[in-house]
Amino acid sequence: MDEGLKSELQKQGIFTTTLEDLYNWGRKNSVWPLSFGLACCAIEMISASMARYDLARFGAEVFRPSPRQADLMIVAGTVTKKMAPQVVRLYNQMPEPKYVIAMGACAISGGPFKQGYNVLKGIDRYIPVDVHIPGCPPRPEALLHAFMTLQKMIDKQKLTGKDRARHFDPEAPSEFPVPKFGAHDLEPTNNPGVWQPPVLARGV
Amino acid sequence: MPPKNFELLPKAGAEGDFLEVAMGPQHPSTHGVFRMDVVLDGERVVKLKPVFGYLHRNHEKIAENTTYLGSMPYTDRLDYFCSMTNNWAYALSIEKLAGLAVPERAEYIRVITGELTRLLNHSCLIGFLLQDMGALGTPVMYAFREREKILDLFESLSGSRMMCNYMRFGGCRCDLPAGWIEEAKQVADNFPRFLDEFEKLLCENEILMARTQGVGVLPKELAINAGVTGPMLRASGVNYDIRKVDKYGIYDRFQFRVPLGDHGDTYDRFMIRVLEMHESAKILQQALKDIPSGPIIDPKAKLRGFRPKAGEAYGRIEAPKGELGFYVISDGSPNPYRYRVRPPSLINLTILEDMCLGNMVADVVVILGSVDIVLGEVDR
Repeated sequence: MDEGLKSELQKQGIFTTTLEDLYNWGRKNSVWPLSFGLACCAIEMISASMARYDLARFGAEVFRPSPRQADLMIVAGTVTKKMAPQVVRLYNQMPEPKYVIAMGACAISGGPFKQGYNVLKGIDRYIPVDVHIPGCPPRPEALLHAFMTLQKMIDKQKLTGKDRARHFDPEAPSEFPVPKFGAHDLEPTNNPGVWQPPVLARGV
Repeated sequence: MPPKNFELLPKAGAEGDFLEVAMGPQHPSTHGVFRMDVVLDGERVVKLKPVFGYLHRNHEKIAENTTYLGSMPYTDRLDYFCSMTNNWAYALSIEKLAGLAVPERAEYIRVITGELTRLLNHSCLIGFLLQDMGALGTPVMYAFREREKILDLFESLSGSRMMCNYMRFGGCRCDLPAGWIEEAKQVADNFPRFLDEFEKLLCENEILMARTQGVGVLPKELAINAGVTGPMLRASGVNYDIRKVDKYGIYDRFQFRVPLGDHGDTYDRFMIRVLEMHESAKILQQALKDIPSGPIIDPKAKLRGFRPKAGEAYGRIEAPKGELGFYVISDGSPNPYRYRVRPPSLINLTILEDMCLGNMVADVVVILGSVDIVLGEVDR
């Protein structure tokens, strides 16, 4: 709709909107995160929801212990190879539309424990991550910023058309294969539909 | 109460009265990724098997492949509530290994930061314990309000809220910023007021007493035999506090008492923490009053190219959760030959089954909460 006409109508007390805007506005302001802490970052996640930082301002204070009731998974902490199958399974149990924030250095890349034999080098190898937050641990403000970034993303999602949101696309996968323990490592070591190893460009 | 070592598990297909429940690793309580395989007879626990390793981050192996100083930031992430006391325990064991002296001002700073850590750990623990009992929000909110005040102090001191990485072998990394002592004094002076409020809210709360008194009793003998330390041991009535026993650092200069429990139940473990916070606030007030000026690090201490002589050392302190010790063997190279952590949470967790047997399944989470575990330290 034409912006000029919209503001002209607003002066007359008529508010217009589109279904898409209304839908996204409602969704982005009541994201329910999964209360899911893995390690150190979980404490900062809890402090973000406490009095000083007050995640409730963004409509996200309802931490749900059950994945069936949650929209957002904040992967807060080190994902070990023993825990990775459970993380993927929890993600699979969440209903669409669902989002993932990878919080902290460990969740995005393995962080300081990357050299460890038991640490997964980033949860984005198995599930699609919408927002990455660096830091060890990130401050609660960083989580708030990630949250606002996610809200902007939700606001831009389309209901129809070719680039519509994933949960409107019957072709798009909403569940991802759960890795299993192999002889040496998790199998598969990554989900190629979600993540591919970076290509090194040499001599450029 | 069913007999101990209850091996009779329901076989598949049998008409069992038993129900096997896996609690975790993702569960509503706030103690990290920890699984308990519980066998229930009705609602009573007849068998409980803790399963951990979901946060095994190879701390000891990484430490053996890095320099002595390089392990210091990793110790922050052991028990991520108490980075200062973790640093202290590690620095203490390396100081024993290399024979370094610590200047007086650094000792005072260590005591101050250590006791601040104890305050924040205990207050958060009580908040989480109450949250596990169903008091969603309020106690944790109060605890985290106080925690933020202490974290502000840590941040202005070390640059980081949680992962302070502040202690060094033979002292501390940097001196206190201007005005820090006044701010810390304010926090220490206001803390008893918060505690009184907290106590008024909780200690005589009928629901809390009903849920915790007589639940999860840990007998004195069992606590000693299992090697339980810290507030859990003292709640069972054993007078053992490493601050008094070892008098490490300068703890012999301060006046404080060691609160002891009577029954060893969950309520005692809760009350011990409340009383310990009172004592910590007293230590803080004394330390902040007497802190001298002077250097903060032993001038002989080498930070780069640090190679202690071959030998071994075990340093231990009274961390908020119990005896935290680091055992280090040096072979003269820049890396430790063997590096071992004695984590209080793991050893306090070993008697979880004994405390839970015969209790209701709803009490298991409360008992687990009163043990005060942090999975970063349990699994390492």
